[in-house]
Amino acid sequence: MATILEVKHLTKRFVDNEVLKDVSFELKKGETLAVIGSSGSGKSTLLRCLNHLSKPDTGEILLEGVDINGPGINLNTVRADMGFVFQDFNLFTHLTILDNVMFGPLRVRGQSKQEAEEIAMEEIKRVGMVNKIKSYPAELSGGQQQRISIARALALKPKLILYDEPTSALDPELTGEVLSVMTALANDGMTAIVVTHEMGFARSVADKVIFIDQGVIVEQGDPKEMFKRPRHDRTKLFLSNFVNLE
Amino acid sequence: MEIIKILISELPQFAKGTLVALQLLAGLLSVGLVLGLAIALAEIFGNPVLKFLATTLRKFLWAIPQLILLFLVFYLPFDLNRMVAAIIALGLCSSAFQSQIFRGAILSVSSGQMEAAKAMGLSRPRTILYIVLPQMVRLSIGPWTNEFSSELKDTSLAYVVGVVEIMRNAKYIIAYTYGNTAAVYLFVGVLYFTLTRIGTFFFYKLEDRLWVPGFEKRS
Repeated sequence: MATILEVKHLTKRFVDNEVLKDVSFELKKGETLAVIGSSGSGKSTLLRCLNHLSKPDTGEILLEGVDINGPGINLNTVRADMGFVFQDFNLFTHLTILDNVMFGPLRVRGQSKQEAEEIAMEEIKRVGMVNKIKSYPAELSGGQQQRISIARALALKPKLILYDEPTSALDPELTGEVLSVMTALANDGMTAIVVTHEMGFARSVADKVIFIDQGVIVEQGDPKEMFKRPRHDRTKLFLSNFVNLE
Repeated sequence: MEIIKILISELPQFAKGTLVALQLLAGLLSVGLVLGLAIALAEIFGNPVLKFLATTLRKFLWAIPQLILLFLVFYLPFDLNRMVAAIIALGLCSSAFQSQIFRGAILSVSSGQMEAAKAMGLSRPRTILYIVLPQMVRLSIGPWTNEFSSELKDTSLAYVVGVVEIMRNAKYIIAYTYGNTAAVYLFVGVLYFTLTRIGTFFFYKLEDRLWVPGFEKRS
């Protein structure tokens, strides 16, 4: 499979705190990459650097071989090509569910209203929310809002999708519906990077895992292998916090 | 009760004065809205220079009494129609207040939604147009209704530069019906009260119509 994303020597510093140190990895089309690590390890910052929600200080990000910071590249187009799903959903409060999902095709991609609606309905179907299209975000549960925010990202027809702790703001009984939508998408061949504390998901759905600690990639590789036989002590220590993985 | 007869016979004059007051109100609120929105946007999204200019202008307009502004604009060294002068002066003053209404409303649109729009690849101006302003409108109607009634009352100040509005009507009547000053002012007070109530009734209706789940409701 073709490489879709290549990250080379990324660094990011907030004042005198170096959050990312020389981070490099790559991702192939259709793969799901899970990024794990403790809070404050830099994993969310890494994700936010990928679409320049935070500007990295040095390093390169190549999307399908093109440097996204290169000359003549419109960052907004790059962002539209990378769907982003936030921890706290961030749906547009004044718009109905249908309008939220139509927003990308209509206002970002400049498609017609009819096209936008067709795309939106298709994605809303995909996350199983067709009966709620006329509702407003405030009328939905957290899990439902997160599913809609996934549909909103998908409606842009992104090349890959970035999930920033998509279930961390949810009650435990609501994480399941979101994870199963994400799993179904992964099985459909959607390329994704997931920053997550859901080790079960990382182990069973991801094709690849990165363990990040204090801004450094400590270990990366096959999830089953890493969860069974972590090579580094820090990885071992981190994974020992999740007792019921088996 | 001679004064009641006089007031009744003057009703056509009051109707004209009311019309003038309402025109003045519409004019000054429009000036205040456009300039107030510009100040709010500049204060929030502008570069440091623009921000500084907007804040300074707002503070000046905020601090100068309306009467002073009225005279200042009216006595500028070029000929301004009385009505136009009043609209500009009171509108400038209102813009300072309206800018703060809009600023507060814009700031209460969650930053997460702006970030979501950014992550989708929407430019800043389009984010303001499609995400910020529609929510700002809903959040502003309540406090803006306050500003509306406050400015409706302040149209009475325009009599000092000779605009023939309600207050001017009252002054004429008082001038030739000696001794009934309180009765005339009582009548005028009731007139302003009625206008205010009618106006706020329509804004409350508008607020209800624009309401969607997730926004606070006026209790």
